[in-house]
Amino acid sequence: MSPRPGFVLEVDRSTPPTLFWHGEGFRLERLPTGSRVLYAPEPIDALDDPVGAIRHALADPLGDSAPLASLLRPGMKLTIAFDDISLPLPPMRSPDVRQMVIEEVLELAAGAGVDDVVLIAALALHRRMTDAELRHALGDRVFDSFAPHGLLWQHDAEDPDELVHLGLTDQGEDVEINKRAATSDLLVYVNINLVAMDGGHKSVATGLASYRSLRHHHNARTMAHSRSFMDQHRSELHSSNWRMGRLIAAAGVKVFQIETTLNTDTFPEQFRFLQRREWEWNARDRAGFLASSKALEATPARLARSIFHSIRSPHRMTSVQAGEVEAVHARTTENVYAQQLLEVDGQSDVLTMGLPYICPYNVNSIMNPILVACLGLGYFFNMYRGKPLVRAGGVVILSHPTPWAFHPGHHPSYIDFFEQVLAETTDPAEIGKYEEAFATDPWYVHLYRTGHAYHGVHPFYMWYWCAHALEHVGAVIVVGGDRAAVRRLGFKPASTMADALEMAADVVGPDPSITHLHSPPLLMADVR
Amino acid sequence: MTGRARRLRQLRPTGFPWASPTWPATVDRPAPERHLGVDYDTEWSRRYGARLVRAMVIDNVTRPLVHAVASPEVRGAEVLELVEAPAIFVANHASHVDTPLLLTVLPPRIRHRTVVAAAADHFFDRRWKAHLWALGLAAIPIERHRVNRRSAENAAELVGQGWNLIVYPEGGRTHDGWFGVTRGGAAYLATRTGRPVVPVHIDGTYRILPRGGERLRRSPTCVTFGPPIVAGEGEATRKVEARISSALATLADEARSDWWTARRRAGSGQTPSPRGPDASPWRRAWALGPGADGGRPDPGRWALADD
Repeated sequence: MSPRPGFVLEVDRSTPPTLFWHGEGFRLERLPTGSRVLYAPEPIDALDDPVGAIRHALADPLGDSAPLASLLRPGMKLTIAFDDISLPLPPMRSPDVRQMVIEEVLELAAGAGVDDVVLIAALALHRRMTDAELRHALGDRVFDSFAPHGLLWQHDAEDPDELVHLGLTDQGEDVEINKRAATSDLLVYVNINLVAMDGGHKSVATGLASYRSLRHHHNARTMAHSRSFMDQHRSELHSSNWRMGRLIAAAGVKVFQIETTLNTDTFPEQFRFLQRREWEWNARDRAGFLASSKALEATPARLARSIFHSIRSPHRMTSVQAGEVEAVHARTTENVYAQQLLEVDGQSDVLTMGLPYICPYNVNSIMNPILVACLGLGYFFNMYRGKPLVRAGGVVILSHPTPWAFHPGHHPSYIDFFEQVLAETTDPAEIGKYEEAFATDPWYVHLYRTGHAYHGVHPFYMWYWCAHALEHVGAVIVVGGDRAAVRRLGFKPASTMADALEMAADVVGPDPSITHLHSPPLLMADVR
Repeated sequence: MTGRARRLRQLRPTGFPWASPTWPATVDRPAPERHLGVDYDTEWSRRYGARLVRAMVIDNVTRPLVHAVASPEVRGAEVLELVEAPAIFVANHASHVDTPLLLTVLPPRIRHRTVVAAAADHFFDRRWKAHLWALGLAAIPIERHRVNRRSAENAAELVGQGWNLIVYPEGGRTHDGWFGVTRGGAAYLATRTGRPVVPVHIDGTYRILPRGGERLRRSPTCVTFGPPIVAGEGEATRKVEARISSALATLADEARSDWWTARRRAGSGQTPSPRGPDASPWRRAWALGPGADGGRPDPGRWALADD
């Protein structure tokens, strides 16, 4: 049976309660009659022969690129960059897409007699990956061939010896990227497009860039003018990256882009109720929900977190395209939309969403309050094309426990940002004055370069990510969150969804229209 | 309310997700996935394990029971020696006893390699019934009320795989003891597969367990096999169907008289119609005459409607 398209449900009296993610747990909430619930399209069919598709993509590239095999020659300098731990979510079951693609690229390179090959994890300002994470992403064969010989690198945005400044865009933006990548005869970038924001020129111009370069588009002004950053053509974030990408190409950096898309088969069989419409739950789904939710209630948070982070997603590849960056990305975006797009008629007064335990920046880590805000107001709020799902001045209701908890090894600067900066102001435009201090703090730089810490400036970026939503909505309410942490974020805490809806009515008026963004899986609303 | 009672009340699961979810009024209900009726997959019942169980039950339980209740007399069994399997056995149908009786009188080489076309709406409407008949009789579901290409194709496929097939062309048991209207399924299968059709007349089972009967009555039975009918190259299904009907009528006559008399009548076109007189129900019942034991009439002993 072919997968069903997305669906907009209008809640009536006979609609069963709706599932909300709630961190490392779930809630069933009864939404008022007349509310809309957006259900994502079902996972589309995966490629029957992904390796064959990769080979075909490399041999028959898009745009003006020649086949990869013809670009490889003995004595050349080849760099293969790949997306880091932030993609996909949750981490996928082996073999990871990156492994499959890189193995095929290396087969060709070996056949062509290329000796000088380096692999680089395109971290940007993210934390360095652990060996286990790298091994999972690349597979044993690749990891064991490169890591022991020092040929598996992790991009270091603070290493002055390994960065090269390629110039300024016509808007005066610095373009500074990894030197090895920029000075290679060929840079192959292996990308995973989980959402429409990923890929394109953003891969190299962000993933391999330095703070000096990133600050030009990772700021409150750019993010507030990206409406949304999931829609490349209306995203200032992308405009800036495209300018930089074209400058990189003009500087002589030859990029062979490989982009892949995944279906939204996000959780394994035991959690299949998460992806099913509630009224279609059979006895097995209900038993699965009850067993897991009751067990999680009795499980210490730390253990629950490690259980969830051990989940490996059954995501499978739905397309792979290679060649010239812009031609590749145009096809990739079509394929992402084919999986995720759902047409929605008009905005509503209130937008509700249940937030899961994971976002791009806390894989194998803690979902701290700043990341809760970023996931809700940065990512989920921006999963639209056209207009936001909630009207200007409307209310966003998030469901998440929002614990006042941070991973000191992964998010050290987040702690200070939360304690010091957000205590003073939550205005994305205002916080910019503290950015430089955090970005250049030697301790944070040291932890970023030698440990597994996100860069000192990263919490600012997370808050900038929320800039569009914070400017657009009238209030943000968090259901079931730590009250002190929620207040620190500048949001309003509520104990129950009913309380939250009453509080929302104070902002938008009585009998508000409500839309619930049901996830998983991911969907992108095409709001008309 | 005491604290304990209150706690118990809190513990009592009510509504979703403890119970099944209700269906939103704004969402169309999809047609339920069908796994019964003609959609029931009987493939499992033809695997080695199921066949072994079925053979043991038929040989050691069904066969002695049938012999005790029905005391079958078999006529024309020698034709089975000449029939090259797989074949299609076409019989009149008066009772639920017909199938076990027919299976037990077939020679073992055929008996254990035979499937039975059974009404999908009757034998496969419940999961337990579908499992029981598929295992016990190697029944396969056939749509009998309307043309269903899928069930016919399934049957043809099984014949093609070497399975003999028992078909009751009336599509169900007789209501009043007379032969009903035959349908063209058997003829279609004969022309489709090119396999021989063996006409079979079963006599006496209506007395043992008629339609609506609640308990078995012991009574002698007679099973008569006729010479196989093979559809000619390009022969129309309708003509094959007519040949099958005629063969069944002749066998019915033979069961009532003797082989030679029945052949002579067939040769002169005077075989009595097995469908009974075109008259009121009581006259049709009257025309059946008394049964062998002087009680319930026997459709096998068809009256000569034209007399």
